[in-house]
Amino acid sequence: MTDLLTPVLSANWGQDHSWGIDAYRAQGGYDAVAKALALTPDAVTGIVKDAGLRGRGGAGFPTGMKWSFVPKDNPNPKYLVVNADESEPGTCKDMPLLMASPHTLVEGMIIASYAIGCHTAFAYVRGEVLHVIRRLQQAVAQAYEAGLLGKDIQGSGYDLDIIVHAGAGAYICGEETALLDSLEGRRGQPRLRPPFPAVAGLYASPTVINNVESIASVPSIINRGAAWFSSMGTEKSKGMTIYSLSGHVKRPGQFEAPLGITLRQLLELSGGIREGHELKFWTPGGSSTPILTPDHLDTPLDYEGMAGVGSMLGTKALQVFDETTSVVRTTLRWVEFYKHESCGKCTPCREGSWWLVQLLKKFEAGHAVDGDVDKLLDVCDDIGGKSFCALADGAVACVTSAVRHFRPEFEAGYATPAWELFPYGRSALFPVAEGGHA
Amino acid sequence: MKRTFPKPISISAQILLDRERCVLCARCTRFSEQISGDPFIALVERGALQQVGKYADDPYNSYFSGNVVQICPVGALTSASYRFQSRPFDLVSTDSTCEHCAGGCQLRVDHRHFQVKRRLAGDAPEVNEEWNCDKGRFAFVSGRGEDRLKHPLVREDGALRVASWAEAIDAAVAGLQAAGPSVGVLTGGRLTIEDAYGYSKFARLVLGTNNIDFRSRPASAEEAGFLAAEVAGRTLGEGVTYSALEAAKRVVLVSLEPEEESPLIFLRLRKAVRKRKLAVTTLAPFATNGSTKLGATVIPTAPGDEAAHLAGLDLDGDSVILVGERAASLPGTLTAVADLAGRTGAKLSWVPRRAGDRGALEAGALPGLLPGGRPVADRAARVDVAAAWGADSLPAHSGLDVNGMLEAVEVGDLKALLVAGIEPDDFAVAERVRSACEAAGFVVSLETRLSEVSQRADVVFPIALLEEHAGTFWNWEHRPGRVNTVISTPNPSMTDLRVLAALADALGQPLGIRTPRQALAELTELGVWEGPRATPKAAAPAPTGEGPVVATWRQLLDGGAGMDGEEALAATAKPAVARLSPATAAAAGLTEATEVSIVTGKGTFSLPLEVTAEMVDGTVWVPTRWPGACLADFGLVAGDRVQLGGGLR
Repeated sequence: MTDLLTPVLSANWGQDHSWGIDAYRAQGGYDAVAKALALTPDAVTGIVKDAGLRGRGGAGFPTGMKWSFVPKDNPNPKYLVVNADESEPGTCKDMPLLMASPHTLVEGMIIASYAIGCHTAFAYVRGEVLHVIRRLQQAVAQAYEAGLLGKDIQGSGYDLDIIVHAGAGAYICGEETALLDSLEGRRGQPRLRPPFPAVAGLYASPTVINNVESIASVPSIINRGAAWFSSMGTEKSKGMTIYSLSGHVKRPGQFEAPLGITLRQLLELSGGIREGHELKFWTPGGSSTPILTPDHLDTPLDYEGMAGVGSMLGTKALQVFDETTSVVRTTLRWVEFYKHESCGKCTPCREGSWWLVQLLKKFEAGHAVDGDVDKLLDVCDDIGGKSFCALADGAVACVTSAVRHFRPEFEAGYATPAWELFPYGRSALFPVAEGGHA
Repeated sequence: MKRTFPKPISISAQILLDRERCVLCARCTRFSEQISGDPFIALVERGALQQVGKYADDPYNSYFSGNVVQICPVGALTSASYRFQSRPFDLVSTDSTCEHCAGGCQLRVDHRHFQVKRRLAGDAPEVNEEWNCDKGRFAFVSGRGEDRLKHPLVREDGALRVASWAEAIDAAVAGLQAAGPSVGVLTGGRLTIEDAYGYSKFARLVLGTNNIDFRSRPASAEEAGFLAAEVAGRTLGEGVTYSALEAAKRVVLVSLEPEEESPLIFLRLRKAVRKRKLAVTTLAPFATNGSTKLGATVIPTAPGDEAAHLAGLDLDGDSVILVGERAASLPGTLTAVADLAGRTGAKLSWVPRRAGDRGALEAGALPGLLPGGRPVADRAARVDVAAAWGADSLPAHSGLDVNGMLEAVEVGDLKALLVAGIEPDDFAVAERVRSACEAAGFVVSLETRLSEVSQRADVVFPIALLEEHAGTFWNWEHRPGRVNTVISTPNPSMTDLRVLAALADALGQPLGIRTPRQALAELTELGVWEGPRATPKAAAPAPTGEGPVVATWRQLLDGGAGMDGEEALAATAKPAVARLSPATAAAAGLTEATEVSIVTGKGTFSLPLEVTAEMVDGTVWVPTRWPGACLADFGLVAGDRVQLGGGLR
């Protein structure tokens, strides 16, 4: 079974002191920097384009193409910003990567910066994960000492500074334009697009924003070639990626496999649903992606496969729920998160998520009235697609998909509290106090 | 469940916020950050709890805070003064022009029940765009106090008593006839150009004297010469405008602190600095908050050293020099400014403080100037005006300026004074004005409120408030701004012009004009002088002495009479402090824990000390006026020297 796995990014995670520069170099780390600096920037972009690497942060935009969008004739400096503000519920891929092997990211940043011609790169790390920030800061400091950063990197004449910036704990700052505002020292709120960041991003200069995993995949592509990378995965979704399984599975964790693997295969790898239970619903990529059911167990987990069943690949954070779980309760918890994290800029999201929570609380308590399901969908329709950024879309995706797949369970909320239909203690992974239903 | 908040919260003493009305459009925070540059308010919290908050330690004490009330689309921001006073649909709106400074802001004045309820910034893209300052917005109730004059007063047995109009006119005519041409006319800054023209014509035609001066403040002969040569008789197209400021490459500020003294110039400069990278240079003793917001290059200048610094400046035709009226008390400054403009081709504009000053100059309310910038000394100019006025001739003697008149009264050379709208506190030495009013044999005062002058007058005529009559203010750009009658009553109050016309009739030499419309028509027909301009006069010698030099200007909210009755506005004023450089403070043994005492020839006063980094050594900055006192009480003007003392606060 384990031959399904293709550890590349996670290959060195088990190594002793894998986060140090010595351990990283011992297994061939930073070789790709030398290779890349020997090529022209356009050639590096070309290799990444040929490899078919697509953004690992959720949207799946081709990384090489994003780099080539940076205008060459703009007199302003160019910037690379790495989005390490991983805060999506259920998502846990970038933090372990940065904990175990921060140098992979640093190496990828050097190559990506070189390819787009930038001399100052930023890593925007989620503020709560202090130990990760320290690891990354340490790695950057080691890279400076080793002459891999700073002036004239390895005699190539290329200069690069990397700045590690800690966020202040707002989910919205994972949205790329809000991240830029936050990085500039403003209040983190999304910007209207166009202009896109590639044209006017950080400090109104051309900016490339990539996910940690996208950038961390670059060194392996340079080392082993575009053909090797594109040999993995499916026709349109190339390469390997990290899937994070959590919830009611026997062995949750990170599984690095080629794109296109199915949940059935991943469940086999992780030992299956917990003993005596069966799958009820799951998210393919964190709470912002519409939920799926056991019907979709064999759908390939790649960009096209997920789009084909009305969902999204997202961050490949597979949250798995068994039959003891109340969909209403789960949806309410997710929407409460979005209500709390809505930045407040756009009225539909700010007010709508506030009203969604109030409605869903009625469903959970069994106090909803006939027609409230339609009202719920109505409110969702007022929010989704009517705000600046995707937070609003994510907030309603879980609601609309839950109603689509489990409408009777919502309608049961007209009469019966969710905690009577699905006693909460039964879905808990750990013992909870008697009668608690929070 | 709707959101509820305790309401309202005070953003400042004047601006209140009802948070549940707020739709978080961020117009107010954007205004304060981008337009006024006083970001004391910002959005705080997030999601459904997002709200407008103020800086924890600083109230929103911006001079432009009222604008956020006007741009708030939902009425979440309100002013303490107008909140719940009236429904907007019950108000009647009138366009008008602000009377508080020479900026010429267009206003929308809303009234109901014969009372002005609120004033808003009007839409005037060429002038104030769509903004105004808090003084212009909120300070309009000063005429509602107990001291409002409603009836003529005459002095009888040493005390003023109410009299009929006929009786008061008879008394005034008797006194003026007795004095003959030995009369001085002092007019203040509240006058519209029509009223100022009335005084100018009355002095020359009826009284037969050139003793008239509008400068109710420190004034000099050098300034009169500068005004005659460089300012009077110009039209809008010839001078600098707000738009020209915006288009300029460089603006040099001399004796002018725009945020305090001409707030709309400040806003326009800041706009140009932000959008067109305008470079602002200021000659000032220290970098003020305003110059910091303009990103200005400060040329550290002690008062009196302006001329020396100006001589070293290199400008070009894309530059603008703005010189403030307080340059008058710094000998040589105005001459140097005119030289600099002549030498480099830079455009030059004079920015007076009062709304009526520019118009008064045009109306000929200066001893050496007839209307339209015509020099009295020029025979052709006199003939010109005499013909228009239907007079055989006009007085040719050189009249006394304000300083000359005050001196002449003291020594008994002037027998009577005709005074309109002046405050002794505005002059260099307040006591001198008070004593002159007492020493003069006969004083006629035309006033809206019982003032220090009218208390000492022999005849007092009550005059209409600004909102009760029409007229025109010329702003610093030379742009006319219409003042319209906001409140029409069946028995309108008398205007200066009507009273002057009545006096003229009784004195046997009709004035020929009774209404603002007639006055403006006559002045317009007269046109501006196209002959040779008066030549500038040499500067007086600079004062000498020992001790630190006084630098001073007025703060926008300084407790002046125009702000009376508006307590919320007064509460947003900047505190009065004295400023010293660290070295000067150390030399005097003073720290911020102490008050600094300023020792003058006429007494001593104390202010809290604020040690100001990078201030010119050997200078002390104090506000010209603050609630309860003013420099005129101590006879201090900029450039004077004082001694410092101090003690624990």
